[in-house]
Amino acid sequence: MPQHILIVGGGVGGTIVANLLARSLHRNEAEITLIDSTGKHAYMPGWLYMPFNHVDAEDDQLIRPERDLLNNHVHLVTGEVQKIDTQNRELHVRHSMGLDEIIGTGGASEAMYPYDYLVLATGARLVASDLPGLDGTEGKWHHFYSAEGSLQLRQALSTFEGGRIVITVGGIPYRCPPAPLEFTFLLDDWLRKSGLRDKTEIRYLYPLPRVFPIESVAEVATPLLEERDVKYTVFFNTEAVDTERKVISSMEGEEFPYDLLVIVPPHRGAKVIEESGMGDEQGWLPTDRATLEVKGQERVYALGDATDLPVSKSGSAAHFEAKVVAHRLIAEIRGEEASNGEATYDGEVMCFLETGQNKATQLVFNYEHPPHPPRPSLYYHMEKQLFNRAYWYIVPQGLV
Amino acid sequence: MPELTDITIDKEIDARGSFCPGPLMELIRGMKVLPVGGVLAVLSGDPGSAKDIPAWIQKAKHDYIGAFPEQGYTRFVARKTH
Repeated sequence: MPQHILIVGGGVGGTIVANLLARSLHRNEAEITLIDSTGKHAYMPGWLYMPFNHVDAEDDQLIRPERDLLNNHVHLVTGEVQKIDTQNRELHVRHSMGLDEIIGTGGASEAMYPYDYLVLATGARLVASDLPGLDGTEGKWHHFYSAEGSLQLRQALSTFEGGRIVITVGGIPYRCPPAPLEFTFLLDDWLRKSGLRDKTEIRYLYPLPRVFPIESVAEVATPLLEERDVKYTVFFNTEAVDTERKVISSMEGEEFPYDLLVIVPPHRGAKVIEESGMGDEQGWLPTDRATLEVKGQERVYALGDATDLPVSKSGSAAHFEAKVVAHRLIAEIRGEEASNGEATYDGEVMCFLETGQNKATQLVFNYEHPPHPPRPSLYYHMEKQLFNRAYWYIVPQGLV
Repeated sequence: MPELTDITIDKEIDARGSFCPGPLMELIRGMKVLPVGGVLAVLSGDPGSAKDIPAWIQKAKHDYIGAFPEQGYTRFVARKTH
């Protein structure tokens, strides 16, 4: 009898797990189903560039059908998981009716999916209401953490004539820790090209005692901010935004006025994780840092943004974690011993940091070793640009 | 500094091996969701935490209870005051 493996979430982590399993396991060993709420796969790093380019939200550099990225052996269900029942090992799913669902369910809009193994790659969601002042005032503040948000920010910049721009984060943790810094550098470039830089004060506010969590990276980034006349304030943990007065204030008691506010909205884990009582206070899944099993559960794995691991919430972490989850599942299903190196996540992350002026650096680290970023150069910028294009052909498929 | 055995820890975060976002970020995140009066412990193997963590706690006006060295890491303990 094939084992039923259910994967929830068609982001980078869930998609790689599905494809690696489908390539290794025979149909009589496992039936693999991926459930995704939209049926579309977004390349989120592309949103960073959108405020400054002309790319459309539906452009295939940014979004593609999940089906096109999945191995044919993976069954795709488009629908919202309503409930995770780990006692009875089943998921309750409300379908968005596509052909797969109609064939699979005979047209029922809700169905129950039993599993032998469950992989939760449910990601993070933006919850503006977690920061006083953001809820209901959309349009009076901006972000680049969704395609729509980036387009609105592009619109706001198109009418910007100079003034004070504040860039910060609205909560911790947030996806892709370098992104606010990268945005700041790209904004500086854009303002210079638009002839607005001398009419604009850019202020970067950051929660930690330095401009980036990792000291070696902060040492590279801080002189670049100074060189480009970006004002920065550290130890600034946003407490509230007053969109009427146009002032942002911190837990530490400081305030800054702005004309344009770019703020990463607070993040939480998926709603279904909160509602199923599996997550912590913010909906992150308590996850074993090495095996990626969800603590206190049997046959349940978590990866990517959904976990509570002390690693960056990034596609890169999800990518490396996916290989571990797939390796462990294959070994479990075959009754084999998972071999140590490939079956243990060591905190590996590899990402780029755009530093503007067509330069970038690269961060490679794990639980044991901090990164030693090379001097920003055109080489890493080009590598990142190449990766942005090549992503669709190599990453979701699990080829790298 | 009190003995660790005298302190009731309400929540402990294992941030060992975390470079990004790092132990201080984990502590700030933990503080935000902890009820006022709660005691938070963060485990860190990063030598920089000995400076960063007390500095932030002081700046944010919480109560720094202390740093307790363990084998290869330190347990930082603080109480949320507001």
